[in-house]
Amino acid sequence: MRKKEMIAMLLAGGQGSRLGILTRKVAKPAVTYGGRFRIIDFPLSNCINSGVDTVGVLTQYQPLRLNQHIGIGIPWDLDKKNGGVTILAPHVKGGDSGEWFMGTANAIYQNIDFIDSNNPEYVLILSGDHIYKMDYSQMLRFHKEKGAAATIAVLEVPMEEASRFGIMNTEEDDKIYEFEEKPANPKSNLASMGIYIFTWSRLREALVEDNAIHADSDFGKHIIPKMLEEGQTLYAYRFRGYWKDVGTIESYWESNMELIKALPEFNLYEDFWKIYTNSDHQPPQYTAPGAKVKESLVSDGSEIYGEVNHSILGPEVVVKAGAVIKDSIIMGGTVIGEGAVIDRCIIDEDCIVGKNVQMGVGENVPNEAKPNIYNTGITVLGTHTSVPDDIVIGKNCVLYGATKAEDFAEGRLESGKSVIREGI
Amino acid sequence: MKAIGIILAGGNNDGRLGALTEQRASAALPIGSCYRAIDFTLSNMSNSGIGKVAVLTQYNSRSLRDHLTSSKWWDFGRKQGGLFVFTPFTSSTGNDWFRGTADSIYQNMTYLMRSNEEYVVIASGDSVYKMDYRDAVNYHIEKGADITVVYQNMEGRDLSYFGIMQLDEEKRLLGFEEKPEQAQTSSASLGIYIISRKLLIELLQEVVPQGGYGLVKDIIIPFRSRLKIYGYEFKGYWSSIGTGVSDYFATNMDFLKKEVRDIFVRQYPFIETKPKDEPPAKYNAGAEVSDTVVGSGTIFNGKVEHSVIFRKVYTAEDSVVRNSILMEGVKIGKGCVIENAILDKDVVISDGQPVIGKSAQEPIVLKKGTKL
Repeated sequence: MRKKEMIAMLLAGGQGSRLGILTRKVAKPAVTYGGRFRIIDFPLSNCINSGVDTVGVLTQYQPLRLNQHIGIGIPWDLDKKNGGVTILAPHVKGGDSGEWFMGTANAIYQNIDFIDSNNPEYVLILSGDHIYKMDYSQMLRFHKEKGAAATIAVLEVPMEEASRFGIMNTEEDDKIYEFEEKPANPKSNLASMGIYIFTWSRLREALVEDNAIHADSDFGKHIIPKMLEEGQTLYAYRFRGYWKDVGTIESYWESNMELIKALPEFNLYEDFWKIYTNSDHQPPQYTAPGAKVKESLVSDGSEIYGEVNHSILGPEVVVKAGAVIKDSIIMGGTVIGEGAVIDRCIIDEDCIVGKNVQMGVGENVPNEAKPNIYNTGITVLGTHTSVPDDIVIGKNCVLYGATKAEDFAEGRLESGKSVIREGI
Repeated sequence: MKAIGIILAGGNNDGRLGALTEQRASAALPIGSCYRAIDFTLSNMSNSGIGKVAVLTQYNSRSLRDHLTSSKWWDFGRKQGGLFVFTPFTSSTGNDWFRGTADSIYQNMTYLMRSNEEYVVIASGDSVYKMDYRDAVNYHIEKGADITVVYQNMEGRDLSYFGIMQLDEEKRLLGFEEKPEQAQTSSASLGIYIISRKLLIELLQEVVPQGGYGLVKDIIIPFRSRLKIYGYEFKGYWSSIGTGVSDYFATNMDFLKKEVRDIFVRQYPFIETKPKDEPPAKYNAGAEVSDTVVGSGTIFNGKVEHSVIFRKVYTAEDSVVRNSILMEGVKIGKGCVIENAILDKDVVISDGQPVIGKSAQEPIVLKKGTKL
């Protein structure tokens, strides 16, 4: 029988609803990052760099782009005879009508057969939501040294921010005695990163027992508290390094912008611990005479005829002459028309922005429909959106679909307004 | 398609490229900021539906083999067909260094014998072009040709390195002159041949044991009346880099032209290469880049004009790069001026050093790993 020391289960089914229109057509792990990467590239690359060569990727919400991106795992050397990457989708089981993954632990529970078929000693639980580089093999060594049933990776966060996280309260040697989800009065600043190593036999038991009680079985809510209650040995593993949850429009924008710094805290330009990604071809990028590009990342295949300042451009973006892009993220395949001015915007993949369009103009009024999502002045265009020539668009606006001139009264869209054109 | 491919990637073109091919075959030369020369022919084969390709190497094949370690990037990682790399080998009967193009195929006769496909497409590995070989094979069938030679009308260009063809009105080959001093026509052979597999086997068995080692010299020219040899005109962009440093320079600079980039970068099907997964090019505060193609992973702090920059290049503050080719891993120090230069892989120029070549026709070449 196949025998793997540790396999990874990557939870990639989440919508990431706080990313608004950016996750309209793709699951959060498939959202692009740093120009040419997608968020899931980070945990997948971490796996292969850590020697974890068997990865189950659990998909649920909008899996098409994710499936295409992962394929058979070639970019991460996960196209393996013995192991490799397997996409695990919700499915119908014998006799029942099938069910969705109802919670993080429930999703793993529903794939016990996959894990058993790999016969692992340990199981690494990951999510496809975070940007970081981490050596999981060091965490496994720690787990084994401590003889733990579960080890939870934690980050030391500023005490005043601790109430936003799941907090591990530990004894002196980092043995966990209590887990608190977003405590009002935190006792510790060790925040869970959503990365767990379990000794498989222990996790298997806990999953079977808990799923008999909770249909929405969750690691943070059910499994960890249950194991603590039973007196099992749980340890916190301190991670020191860059780790970012890019869960909101603001944090997504900020974390991308940090890459632009001359010496960023998170460095993608080192040969050690490379991040791999899938791109069908990687043609040269062209910067034309008269173009101005400063403090920006520009991905392969892009053609720049205009001005790009403090921005990140994905693959095969075209910035036409006279266009000015500032403090923005422009994803792959998008075309910015002549004379357009884009200020503090996120423009998703394959959009077309018409001539002389101005975006990000005016007052910082929160979005009317979704003030909790769009409130920091960033205007967002969903994938495959087109904007006609000469339109002026405010801040915190959301556009989606093939918009037409009549969608914009007097050629304007005031701050905080949205235009959503549904279609297939 | 009912054809197999053979890519002739053996030569270094008699050393005409100097230091650039001292350590590599011309098919392994870097092109257009992220490709190697052989990517074009390999991708053409794959995109034409040819599923089985042999690459015949000889001269300094290390970097070529390194590039071809996995065939999956060109979609040749298959149970049926795939990519075969053949190097001359030593056997009990002797040490068989390839003695010419025909000889190199003859020595790998098993590859031809063990295939079932009806036709063979033979092409050199050091030309830059995009071509669907299916069109040439269909032409070959329509004409009822024995051999089809792909040519291009090169009026106004220097023809002294080419094979020049004389064709009749039906495009049948009447005469063929190799590297003539006075070219009779401007129809230049592109070194791409279509031939049936069985006929190729017969011809090789007839010619090579008698000491005929060249495809052109010993097959095409002497057999032009006995066999029906036709010319097929290719009208698209085609450039050879094997002919000399100035051609290599010019071919790279062609990527600054929109119409050339459109062919290779924008129009499907694409030219594939071995992926390196570098992050996007980074333009820092001091960057002033214009009319330049850029490979991923590069970091700019200085001025760059009219140049071809490969992957993972670094230019420091106050440096100026003009009309130059900087290959992968080149580092330019502060205040350097680089002009009319080809800096091979991993060249490092320390602060303040100028590297200035005469002109685009005679650029200065710094060989791989040079530190100044």
